[in-house]
Formats: sequence, structure tokens, C-alpha cells
Amino acid sequence: MSVPRYWREEKYRYRLIGSRCSKCGEIFFPRRLVCSKCRSRQLRDYKLSEKGRIVSWTIIRNPPKEYEKYAPYAVGLIELDDGLKIISQLVDLEPEEIKTGMRVEATFRKIREEGSSGIIEYGYKFRPVIE
Amino acid sequence: MKTNSTVGILGYGAYVPMNRLKGSEICRIWGGYESPIEEKAVANMDEDAVTISVECAKYALKRANINPEEIGAVYVGTESKPYAVKPCGSIVAEAIGATPKVTAADYEFACKAGTEAFQTCIGLVSSGMVKYAMAIGADTAQGRPADALEYTVACGGAAFIFGLKSNSTIAYLEGSYSFVTDTPDFWRRGLEMYPRHGNRFTGDPAYFYHIIGAAKGLMGELGYNPSDFTYAVFHQPNVKFPIKVARTLGFTMDALKPGLVVPLVGNTYAGSTPLGLASTLDFANPGDRILVVSYGSGAGSDAFSFVVQDAITRDRDLDPPVSRFINRKRYIDYSTYVKIRGKIIR
Ligand SMILES: [Zn+2]
Repeated sequence: MSVPRYWREEKYRYRLIGSRCSKCGEIFFPRRLVCSKCRSRQLRDYKLSEKGRIVSWTIIRNPPKEYEKYAPYAVGLIELDDGLKIISQLVDLEPEEIKTGMRVEATFRKIREEGSSGIIEYGYKFRPVIE
Repeated sequence: MKTNSTVGILGYGAYVPMNRLKGSEICRIWGGYESPIEEKAVANMDEDAVTISVECAKYALKRANINPEEIGAVYVGTESKPYAVKPCGSIVAEAIGATPKVTAADYEFACKAGTEAFQTCIGLVSSGMVKYAMAIGADTAQGRPADALEYTVACGGAAFIFGLKSNSTIAYLEGSYSFVTDTPDFWRRGLEMYPRHGNRFTGDPAYFYHIIGAAKGLMGELGYNPSDFTYAVFHQPNVKFPIKVARTLGFTMDALKPGLVVPLVGNTYAGSTPLGLASTLDFANPGDRILVVSYGSGAGSDAFSFVVQDAITRDRDLDPPVSRFINRKRYIDYSTYVKIRGKIIR
């Protein structure tokens, strides 16, 4: 991701802010300007729920460039408590511990580093809920 | 030091990464030593002082139950800044929604950087310059392989939100005292990965001299004796030092125990004293008086006297207690430790 693009989107990634259509109520993440369901342009910032459950998951063994050091790692499809489904890396658990339906919550992590001199991209991953 | 208006803690939050490295595992690799602690917390590859700070900050916000836009200052005390130039404070402020009307910066004073941030936040709130101020101590410090410090250097932190004393504050400040000299007991030059230290020099003229100086200074100004405090928190570079300084000053083990997290977490540097205070607040009752004394090499101590208020019983269950983070663990071996702490280069 380019530095300007990271900067434009960081606030929304850091705080898990998407958009909600004022007409039909559909929620989107990342943010959108036009509702893909009803074509309305009346979208407002919407703070997503930071808790949800694992719907499906997989283990990445051949990761893209700059994610090699994390391999093998888990990526899950998560249904947030407000109904939106998002894809996120799963952390703080071993592959054999992952179960469909498991309760997870957002955790602020490093996503990617542009070498040792570039910027550090932060954002959300999901971990088992700490109660 | 006393404030113009009485300042209190509105919320606190702690975070300790999940990985644990046992002292016996370090002994297995390097031999010779008996580990000074049982095990230490190690950050994952995707964690650093910023991510730990954000975790703590979000927990503190939940307990404080305030609008983050009203936080006028975010200060991060750390010696493990991910960037040499680019503040952690601004990233944390952005992540919690305190931007853009906020002052933000990082403090560096070895292990007392976190409580140095306390002092500034307390001053800003007391003067009326800001409504709320957040101070964080967090570190992912590094120890040279086979060095004595490798057994204890650990990762973790805690955040505190200060505001004027009210029914919403969980503890209020009675006074503080800072005690600083130029003492070369431990240092790390720019671009160096690991610190150097003066071995035995780290004890009497450094840790004990400054902690005792700050503790006695504060108790003298407030007219208190150790028996006036229910709990005491001292910087925890290992298990021996805080116990010895507590005994020297006349505090009981009962006063020390709730905040003594070092045996199972390690020395979280700038996070150490704040984490000890967070753990003590998990146990404290309204009316309890807590003495908090940090120590940072270079060298100095900040001492604080807090009195716990009624709101503690309402607010503390909003977040997991420090013990929950201590018990949440996954053991790693030394080779995994070397990989995730970036001690080998591919
Ligand atoms: Zn719509």
C-alpha cells in the first residue's frame, strides 16, 4: 500500500469504521461512497462492532510478499455482532484451537512493514475474546 | 509536588502479550545462571510498543467511560519506539479517536518514562489546560542474548486517564515527588539494538538510592509513614529489588503482593510500575492509600500517593483484570523467541 493511501484510510482501519446506508441500512467495510444495494449516496460513517464469531477459516502456508515471516497463519471470515462479515487474520491461537462459531474480538496489530526503513502499517486482527 | 486542583484517575487499562518464555529455557540455552524470575512475557511479531499502548488505552477508555475527543493529551513512555522519529503518541491518539485537538508525544526515561508521563498529565489536568489526559507506559525492550537482563526484559504496559477528582474518579492523587540525578547505571546509544549496564552498579547507587529518596521525600511532604499505606508499588526489574526496597522502607509483603507482577510477567520497563499499579487497583477497596514509586535508569524515581475512591467497585469489572492477562499464555521455546524478537535476520 502506498503511504498516501495508507494515510487516507488509517483512521477507518485503526477504529474499524465503515459506512452505513441511511436509506436501506446496509453496512459496508471498507467505506463506500455509493450503496451497492440501493444505489443511494447517503452513506454515513459507522463504527463496527469489535466482537464477532468465526464463520469460516483457513491456514495460509504460502503467503504474499512481506507476510512470509508470519506463515503459517490463520485467516478467518468473521461475522461481527452487527451482522457484517469481514475477513481478518486470526491471532493468539493455534490452528488446532480454531473452531467455527468461536467468539473473537478485534486487536490492534502491525499488519505490514515496508522493510526496515519504510512505514509500519497498523490495523486490526482478531483474537479469542479476553473476558 | 501538590496540584492546584485535585486530580484523579478516571480509568486504567493493562495489556500483556500472550507468549511466555520460561527462565529455565534461557538457562537451558546459555547455562550457568539461576533465572531471577519464573517466566517473562514476549510480544508477538505483529506487536510493538504502539500496539500494546493502543490495547491499554482502549481498556482505560472503557473504564473511564468518556468521549475520547475530550482527551487533550496522549503521552507514551517507552524505550522501544518502533520509529526513531515519528511519535507513538500520535498513532495511539488516532487509534482511540482523540485526534486532532490533542497534544501528543513520547517520553523516554528508561523504566520511568511511563510515570514521567503521569507527572505531565497530572499537571495539565490540574492547571485546567486539558479536561482529560492519558499517560501510558509500554515497552517491548530487548536484552542481549546471554546477558543477565535477558532473563527479565519483557513486554507489556498500562494506560491511565487523568481528570479532576469527582465521583467518577476511581482514585485521587494526594501528592507526587520526583527524584533525579545523572547516574550512568544503564544506557543504550542511538542505533544500538541492545543496552549496556553497569552490573552491580545498578543496585545501591541507582535503584535503591532513587526509590528511597522519592518515597521518603513524598512521605515527608505528606506527613505519612509506611503504615499509612494499604499498598505499595515499586519498579520491578526482578523479584529481589522491590521486596528489598519495601523491607528497607518498612512496608509489609501484604502491601506489596497485589502489584508484584514481575515473577510471571518480567520487567516490562516503562510498563512495569504502571502495570503494578493497575494490578493493585484490581484488588484495592475504597479508602485504601497506595504508594507508587517508579525507577528509571539514568536515573530517577517518581513517587505518587493515591487514595482509592468508591467508583473503583463500579468500574474495574468493565475490563479483564491484570491476572487475566497473566494467566492467558502460550509457552514458546528459545528458537521461537529469537525469531519473533527479530534476533536473526533472514
Ligand atoms: Zn442502501
